[in-house]
Amino acid sequence: MGTVRRILASFPRERSLLITIMERAQEELGYLPPEAMEDIARHLRMSNSEVFGVATFYNFFRFIPSAKHEIKVCLGTACHVRQGDQVYDAVARELGVEAGQVTPDMKFGLERVACFGSCALAPVMVVDKTVYGRVTPSKARDILKLVDK
Amino acid sequence: MSIAEVFLPLQQRARARWQALVDSPLPRILAGESTCGRAAGGTSVIETIREELKRLGIEAQIIGVGCIGLCYAEPMVDIIKPGRPRISYGFMDPEKVRGVLEDYLVRDNPRPDLALGSFDGGVEGIPRFWDLPMLKPQVRIVLKNCGHIDPTDIDHYLANDGYQGLVRALQMKPEEVVAEVKKSGLRGRGGAGFPTFQKWEFCRANPPPRYLVCNFDEGDPGAFMNRSLVEGDPHALLEGLLIGGYTIGCARGFIYARAEYPLALERLGLALKQAREYGLLGENILGSGFSFDIEIREGAGAFVCGEETALMASIEGKRGMPRPRPPFPAVKGLWGRPTNINNVETYATLPHILRNGGEWYAQFGSEKSKGTKTFCLVGKVVRTGLVEVPLGTKLREVVYSVGGGLMEGKEFKAAQTGGPSGGCLPASTLDLPIDYESLAAAGSIMGSGGLIVMDDDTCPVDMTRYFLAFTQRESCGKCVPCRVGTRQMLGMLEAVTRGESVDLDYLEKMARNIHLTSLCGLGQTAPNPVLTTLRYFRSEYEAHIREKRCPALVCKALTSYYILPEKCRACLICMRDCPVQAITGGKNQIHVIDQAKCTKCGTCLEVCPLRFGAVTRLSGVPVPTPPPPEKLVLHRAK
Repeated sequence: MGTVRRILASFPRERSLLITIMERAQEELGYLPPEAMEDIARHLRMSNSEVFGVATFYNFFRFIPSAKHEIKVCLGTACHVRQGDQVYDAVARELGVEAGQVTPDMKFGLERVACFGSCALAPVMVVDKTVYGRVTPSKARDILKLVDK
Repeated sequence: MSIAEVFLPLQQRARARWQALVDSPLPRILAGESTCGRAAGGTSVIETIREELKRLGIEAQIIGVGCIGLCYAEPMVDIIKPGRPRISYGFMDPEKVRGVLEDYLVRDNPRPDLALGSFDGGVEGIPRFWDLPMLKPQVRIVLKNCGHIDPTDIDHYLANDGYQGLVRALQMKPEEVVAEVKKSGLRGRGGAGFPTFQKWEFCRANPPPRYLVCNFDEGDPGAFMNRSLVEGDPHALLEGLLIGGYTIGCARGFIYARAEYPLALERLGLALKQAREYGLLGENILGSGFSFDIEIREGAGAFVCGEETALMASIEGKRGMPRPRPPFPAVKGLWGRPTNINNVETYATLPHILRNGGEWYAQFGSEKSKGTKTFCLVGKVVRTGLVEVPLGTKLREVVYSVGGGLMEGKEFKAAQTGGPSGGCLPASTLDLPIDYESLAAAGSIMGSGGLIVMDDDTCPVDMTRYFLAFTQRESCGKCVPCRVGTRQMLGMLEAVTRGESVDLDYLEKMARNIHLTSLCGLGQTAPNPVLTTLRYFRSEYEAHIREKRCPALVCKALTSYYILPEKCRACLICMRDCPVQAITGGKNQIHVIDQAKCTKCGTCLEVCPLRFGAVTRLSGVPVPTPPPPEKLVLHRAK
């Protein structure tokens, strides 16, 4: 767990920095493994359960390793009005996983997000860093086929 | 040296740099460098511009600017040839932008066919930009700089009167600044509309140390006003915070921002750094003796953290759970100290009020709601985007004049203001002036500025279920009415979408009780969508329950897909695309959907060629039995 120690070294032992520190750790590790949270707890002189309690409160933190490709389907209001849920269903069916899960081969992870702020292009889906606008169920399946080719 | 004397050289240098840019013999190209512009394909357009300029051998300055708010026309590119008005081009793609560059820069043809507008007029065939129907009703104060300046360059802000409001504030006594803000009539732009000056007075009355907090936790799905503002003009927010910090007497300020906005965070970080370098932030600002610094704290995706007490808990590194008020933050806030919390837009408005005076600001808006408000106009309108209108503007004007009416010429059904905490406003409220009081009387709230337009294809029950699913998921679980109540309401709404029997009077009563008894704003406003749709669209709830019919053909359990045999041309497309192989048929065999297998995903309807239009949705009526096999053969005309 050298990475976490290195991150911790750059932060003072200030409790109010807990969320910031976890964000940095997740940025580098891709997720928050239990050992990382334990290291952070020790550094801030907090109990493991307190740290775990804060981490699980926020949607941003993840506790399983991330997949090779992150698929995010927006289910914000504007996307919902323009049938974003049908896009989500199509992607979920195609990958065989639900939001928050990764495919067994660790190739795809699926997330649902509440608004990218690209509402004018609704419905929106994001593959890694690429944003696709005005997506339909069949377009979504075509996009998936092109990923990792 | 006086404050003005310290400031003057900064401003002069910035103005000289700006003037050099304006007088430059090189053409300037302004490209939208905000999240939405990039999402719409702006990045590839900018790459194309660079390549094309190289190929044509033309030297030009490319300036990344924030979003001007015409999201529907993104990616946008603006070109300023020396001595000529700025021309704005919309709906760009690599091919079109190549055409524009070559035609305008080389052949001097400004391509009126691709231009949206020119800023000062005077180009034949191109309308004046500010006369465009989307822009004409707008009054841009907070968004003044968005799309005009490079948000990564503090000099651009300074050259456009930036930090002048701060200079004026520093030359006044704090009480005088409060009086100026009082004159402006400014009210909280986060949605609740509490008079800003009063909030400040409460906090000032309590002993130091005091803290200043900016709520940039824009979690409302369907709203991105604050993101656009910060991405396009980050210094306006800093200047507003400085004015607030000086007036209230704070030494530390915090911006609580969404981690989901990486670009805005990057811009803010850069702006803070530049402001420190210029002596506009830190110790003894501009020699005034006032010291103030700002830290960014990233939120981690919890809608409830938009509530002020939860937000403060989160800044302290705790679970973002609200606590009862009083004590209000002005008395006991961050780390138990007096704290003032305002929204991004409230702070960003302050520089304009200080620069131009409270009376100037109060000339805009209505009797009780002064000034302007930004809105994210999204949903089923023709022109989606970020707009700023005077408060008191009629909803009709925003939807039809600014937004261009509904897509595909459909009928306006409702508009939702205030996101999941707001309410649904029906067509009968189109002439309602948009201000705090009128929206509250109609059962909704101003909210931070989300404005979602719905047409006949939107089912109010489904929409309400959607909002409740959101608030239920985001409920922090601390108080019973919200934790249990949102789940109960959601369960009943789901039952309605399935056509099951639900006592609507009971649902309404429960919604009222949750509103009255929840601990914080999240729980108190979560019933708003239920209450307003029951008030305005009760007949649609009843159609679901009594007739098992979803009038908007949205609710899956009550809707079936059916292929009209007389229209089907047996083209095989829907058959091939159906993800569950629920469609039978073949070449010259009319296609039939097996209702038992169909998952109602909508693919067949989407892919059926428009000229056939054979796939339809039915609700409230039995699905017709398909014709016998011998009638399924399609006889094509030779």
